[in-house]
Amino acid sequence: MKIQSFLIKYAEIAVKGKNRYLFEDKLVQQIARRMKKVDGKFDVRKTAGRIYVTALTDYDYDEALDALQHVFGIVGICPMLQIEDHGFEDLSAHVVDWMKEKYGNRPLTFKVAARRARKNYPLDSSEINAKLGEAILDAFPQMKVDVHHPDVLVNIEVREDINIYTEIIKGAGGMPLGTNGRGMLLLSGGIDSPVAGYMTARRGVELDAVYFHAPPYTSERARQKVVDLAKIVARYSGPIRLHVVNFTEIQLAIYDKCPHDELTIIMRRYMMRIAEALAEQNDCQALITGESIGQVASQTMKSLTVTNEACHMLVIRPLIAFDKQDIIDISEKIGTYETSIEPYEDCCTIFVAKHPVTKPNLHAIQRSEHNLGAVIGEMAEKAVSAAETPEID
Amino acid sequence: MKEIYLDNSATTQPVPEVREAMMRALDAEYGNPSSLHRKGVEAEQLVREAAENIAQTLKVDPKEIVFTSGGTESNNLALTGTMLAGHRTGRNLITTQIEHASISATAQFLEQQGYEITRLGTDQQGRVDPEELVRAIRPDTVLVSVMMVNNEIGTIEPVEQIGALIKEKNPNTLFHVDAVQAYGKLIIRPRRMKIDLLSVSGHKIHGPKGSGFLYVRRGVKIQPVLWGGGQQGGLRSGTENVPGITGLGTAAKLISQNLDEKVDRLYEVREQLVRGLRSMEGVTVNGPEGRECAPHIVSASFAGIRSEVLLHSLEAEGICVSSGSACSSNGQRHPSATLTAIHLAPALRDSTIRFSLSFFTTAEEIDETLQTLEKIVPELRRYTRR
Repeated sequence: MKIQSFLIKYAEIAVKGKNRYLFEDKLVQQIARRMKKVDGKFDVRKTAGRIYVTALTDYDYDEALDALQHVFGIVGICPMLQIEDHGFEDLSAHVVDWMKEKYGNRPLTFKVAARRARKNYPLDSSEINAKLGEAILDAFPQMKVDVHHPDVLVNIEVREDINIYTEIIKGAGGMPLGTNGRGMLLLSGGIDSPVAGYMTARRGVELDAVYFHAPPYTSERARQKVVDLAKIVARYSGPIRLHVVNFTEIQLAIYDKCPHDELTIIMRRYMMRIAEALAEQNDCQALITGESIGQVASQTMKSLTVTNEACHMLVIRPLIAFDKQDIIDISEKIGTYETSIEPYEDCCTIFVAKHPVTKPNLHAIQRSEHNLGAVIGEMAEKAVSAAETPEID
Repeated sequence: MKEIYLDNSATTQPVPEVREAMMRALDAEYGNPSSLHRKGVEAEQLVREAAENIAQTLKVDPKEIVFTSGGTESNNLALTGTMLAGHRTGRNLITTQIEHASISATAQFLEQQGYEITRLGTDQQGRVDPEELVRAIRPDTVLVSVMMVNNEIGTIEPVEQIGALIKEKNPNTLFHVDAVQAYGKLIIRPRRMKIDLLSVSGHKIHGPKGSGFLYVRRGVKIQPVLWGGGQQGGLRSGTENVPGITGLGTAAKLISQNLDEKVDRLYEVREQLVRGLRSMEGVTVNGPEGRECAPHIVSASFAGIRSEVLLHSLEAEGICVSSGSACSSNGQRHPSATLTAIHLAPALRDSTIRFSLSFFTTAEEIDETLQTLEKIVPELRRYTRR
């Protein structure tokens, strides 16, 4: 018996009151978008508070499941048998077949959980439970009923058709993309920022990203690495417009004019300013960074305060209170870790002071920035307008 | 943008004759050399011609040429094949600290299998001391493996002297030479030099990538590392890469024509580059002088500049060079074994660039490269980590 349909479970969006339909429609749209990349044809449909994905052609089960597991807003994916109603005997035969196929005659406990949405079905739900339970027990002497902690929950949904499923595979969770606006992710080649992008996208936020390129101090491969990371994140977040900003001129100006222990913090302030300008141009409502308290000198509470002061837009820092290992765990789960640890990142170390400030003083930093003169503003404007923007999908 | 390609020790541009020869093997003469029919015979003929062309350049027998996928496979086959075949007579392999990774990593693997590896150091020019090498030879030394030209700094090793001394001390000890950077630049005579095995790569001599050969002197027993249909006398199973072999044979023939003349000219171009580099402040040229160095490799250290930054700055001007050796630039940063072995100051190891020339490199290109360096080096020195 080949699985032809999946029942899609979503939790959080079901409680969003009047907006519920909007959320559901977005989810259907996102599933359909994702399934387009899977070989075969699929019908994605919302009926009576349920979303079904049905294969219309031959397809690869693992590929389809993997695609569904990349869609935010899905809590569970239930591989399902959908049958037309040809009477209870027919249903009972299908359920026994299903159990045989899935579990053979293993000694396990089960419970039938029927829901009768179509009230004109001749049996009510407790009668369905009892009779199907009996049929399963008759067919598989090794199985037992356990109504409290069954190994297998046999779900029967009587609607226009009848759905049979026994397994709920964990989905990516979160909320459907496009239901919570758009953010500008500051994407470096490191471990943190792709995870920050993933986590924010998981809350339904669509992504733009900005990467600061500093040739010849960072290489073409470092840039390719960022494109690769964006591609992995895009598997979850959908297409990402990646804004590649040439930052060399600004870095050199800061290096020339500012105290060296302040290089990183001033550089970060300019990154925030440029990211904000790009965000405004691209209808983003927030910046997203991978900062985490105390991870490096530029991420102490004081440094974050000074960095934050450079822009006005909301800055989302989903990793702010995460331990490094927790961030690594997520990056391994979403598949960015291996790319993040490629070694093409650190050739711009000359811009990192040997002993950077950890407790920067805002006024001191502002004075240093003042030394950069008016020309730095022009450089920043030029960097924004000259940014290249490949779309990563 | 103009392109000045000075990374010929990483790879070279295939010449048109090579492309054409390969096209024939891909197009009309596509047979499998093992097939009994006409198409097979045609293809076998291409392989035979290539072996003959190569054998001619070394003055050896075509039957002594085993085609491989390149330098790495040749080196792997030479080391693993002789050590496995010689396990009854001994367990010792002598090599040096400055070998290419395809030698040093294979030696390390053999060490893990229980073989004993002796790794000789070099002097500050990267030269192995033949006397020291001979002292290291034991009754159970199966193989000595020394490169002919160092890929990072261009040192020419005293291979002929080493070959003679080995056979004097222990006639049973085999001698393998990694000639990947030497073939097509130096005259190589395996018989006179007492070389038993010699590795060569096709794409370093304007041939195709994925091609190479191992010369195996008749009578030398080696254990194959690839098993299968028994092609190439059972030494290297697998359907022959006929297009690659044809390209390699053509490249070998072409590069050996008028070699003396071409090498003389190349040394002039090299000297021009070395002179220019030496006249620049804070630049040192590594490796030996003049004819003691290969004609195509120049290693130079630029104090206070990270090699990768200089490399990308040159790239922005259309000039391609390498930081250390291209293979050691892959993946994690390891300090270069060669630069460590010659006791280059640690601060300079990460500031070292390799320029590698070809017979097609012109004096104008070198001029332009030097001018570009004069311009960008002071700029880059302004921005160093403080």
